[in-house]
Amino acid sequence: MKRLLITLLVLTFVLTACQKVDFQSAPPVFETNIDPSSWTVIPAGPFLQGQFNEQVSIDYDYEIMVTDVTNAQYAEFLNAALADGSAILNNGQIEGYYAGDPFSGTRHEVEIAAGNYIYIPVGDPYLKLNFDGSAFSPKDEWANHPMTMVSWFGAKAYCEYYGWRLPTEMEWEKAARGTDGRPYPWGNEIARNNANYYSSRDPFEDMSRYGSRTTPVGFYNGSTYNGYETINSASPYGVYDMAGNVWQWTANIYDSQHYRYMRGGSKDVYENNLRVWVRNNATPTFTSPGVGFRCVR
Amino acid sequence: MQWIYKRFRFLFSSTKGLILMGIAFAALISALFGMLSGPMADYGIKDVVIRALKMNLDPAEREGRLIVLYHTLAMIVVAVEVYMITDLLKMKDGQRLTINSTITVGYLMVIFGGLPFAYWGHNWAFHGIYIAGLSLIFFAGCMLLVALWPWQKAYQLTDMTYAHTKKGFDMERIAFFAMALTTLISAIFGAIPGSYFGNGFTAFLAENVVREPHKLALDLSVIGHLHIMLALICIAAALIIGRWMDFKGNLHKIAMPLYTAGTIILSMGTWLVVSFEEIAHFIIYGGSTLAMLGALFLVIFSWDKLIRTGLAEKGLKKGNFFQRIAALVRDPLKFGATWQMVFMNFTVSGVGIFTAVKLDEIFRQWQIIDELSILTGHWHILGTLMATILLLYYADLAGLKGKARQWFGWLVIIFSDVAFGAVTIYEMRRLFVIEAEQQPLLNRTTIAGDIGLGVLLLTLAAIMVWRLIDLFKKKGYWANEIEERLTKKDEVAK
Repeated sequence: MKRLLITLLVLTFVLTACQKVDFQSAPPVFETNIDPSSWTVIPAGPFLQGQFNEQVSIDYDYEIMVTDVTNAQYAEFLNAALADGSAILNNGQIEGYYAGDPFSGTRHEVEIAAGNYIYIPVGDPYLKLNFDGSAFSPKDEWANHPMTMVSWFGAKAYCEYYGWRLPTEMEWEKAARGTDGRPYPWGNEIARNNANYYSSRDPFEDMSRYGSRTTPVGFYNGSTYNGYETINSASPYGVYDMAGNVWQWTANIYDSQHYRYMRGGSKDVYENNLRVWVRNNATPTFTSPGVGFRCVR
Repeated sequence: MQWIYKRFRFLFSSTKGLILMGIAFAALISALFGMLSGPMADYGIKDVVIRALKMNLDPAEREGRLIVLYHTLAMIVVAVEVYMITDLLKMKDGQRLTINSTITVGYLMVIFGGLPFAYWGHNWAFHGIYIAGLSLIFFAGCMLLVALWPWQKAYQLTDMTYAHTKKGFDMERIAFFAMALTTLISAIFGAIPGSYFGNGFTAFLAENVVREPHKLALDLSVIGHLHIMLALICIAAALIIGRWMDFKGNLHKIAMPLYTAGTIILSMGTWLVVSFEEIAHFIIYGGSTLAMLGALFLVIFSWDKLIRTGLAEKGLKKGNFFQRIAALVRDPLKFGATWQMVFMNFTVSGVGIFTAVKLDEIFRQWQIIDELSILTGHWHILGTLMATILLLYYADLAGLKGKARQWFGWLVIIFSDVAFGAVTIYEMRRLFVIEAEQQPLLNRTTIAGDIGLGVLLLTLAAIMVWRLIDLFKKKGYWANEIEERLTKKDEVAK
């Protein structure tokens, strides 16, 4: 018995043994032919919101970006914002001014007072941007991937810089599911080649080494990439990546809490978190390789 | 016909048969539905199971399905504990029979009503069967409460080495009674919101509302309910294991009031969460400290007893350190039951206290998705750890001896602890590794967890297969167990 126990324990150790992992290994490069600067109109009218299909209505038309904001787009914004002083480099991070939240002192609530707040951590190895001391540029293979490691402040600043804004949760959800109450942007069921999620086996992930990574924006459009066949997974309004890839910051600021909400699931979570009503939240200064955003106008 | 009748009599009327059947159902359900999530889903096994069994898994109903599944497993565990309690504690035969038969019908209705409803589409008649089953279990609990009433002359102690009141009433029975009473009240805290949210099918998991600044009273009720029900199931298990170990003496006299007070205070704390959330937490800390102290005294007593009896078997009065350790661990079933209680402090209680103390400073700085990992892992570990404790007790009841006893005991202890340790690191991973570099850690902990739980389930399967084969023998263990009791204590008047 002792021998078997030792064998099983050794086997456990061997199977779980350490292996040097290159987290920065280059990803494959694919062109998705989806234009990240394109927008689509979401018409005014009712839709079914939330897990239990509550009938609600948005009484105005609005436009939403067809894809998440890319690294290339965000680098362009940073250069412009640094040039005109609306963003500054301070202590290894890009920061900008925020006018503050109402504060009610509720238990666990943290005050977000007026002041400068982080947009991105410049030195972070997982930021997919280069910085030469004066200008940003996207890392070559990552230019058409969603911008990540960006805080809520950084996302909001990007949208507002161009006269746009972050979507409210309601706007985001309508753009993602249309009006028929579907749980995923493309319909009722999820397959591995519908979206980028944990262990979805896309060409960018290697679960035995570095895990899941972002896919280029608009990747799941029905194209085949080096033999990897995707399903066209746009929402009823033609919006891509509304499930998986990266969580997306939304605009709402709720009473008695400092958390900001994200929607859509990401490359790092299981498929149940890709259902359109699932919410994630974090402090507005939170940055992550699994969090990005898009804008509305 | 006689052949079937005798086996049915064993399975449905004897304590050991009822326990065996409960464990078999729990094992089957865990094995089947465990294939629908986590690593099993990664490997593609989930898709195969869904297709093969023609399950109907609407994405919008995931939370509802999980609630039904958790309740189903919990009800089986509650039934197993009730079988043990009705046998270990003195009560009238009629009471024992009525309680056991009611709770058996109840949990079978929960299984065969709830799971088809949740996983194979909505026939609301099945939901009705599920609710009726839960109601029967509650009713069985009420009958258990009556049967446990401690202030009866018939149940006064004659052996004063056990904890007792001045008038000789059994303090351990009072602790069982307090546990049963608070369990019934706590069940109501789940039943009311269950009725409210179930009406309209608006199911949610408690962990999803933890960051809401203004929770509804019914949200808080759900959170309180799930915490206290698990805690009370654990307290019941600790009391049962105490009976198994024949816990008595001075430590017993200290532990029983601690259990009783701890149970009542802890329960009241979780009930008060609904209206006085901030104060309630301090009451909960106080109550759980008392109950855990009671369990600590049980551990001290049982380890001391194992060492003493082990040394005595070798003809030693006072052994050296290694002889004492050898004596302590010579019976993995008895050692394991209390060792798991100690291990629980590293993987559940310690983690829970650390999380509570550092909540704003550390855990609320993370995205909620990472915090949810801790919350979910926390009670999965607690529930499964507690199940291993009952399993070790059952292996003793089933008559495992010799090498089989050693194999079973050590496999359960080592591999469940490997799994729980791995899951603890998995759930707390953000303390050790950033998101972008987590995959190697996830892989190691997932494999360790899978191997641990896999061996645990295989070990459980082995004992179930052994007992299944035994059922086909004319004079198997089952034939003797029909009349066997867990305790040798005298019965009271019928």
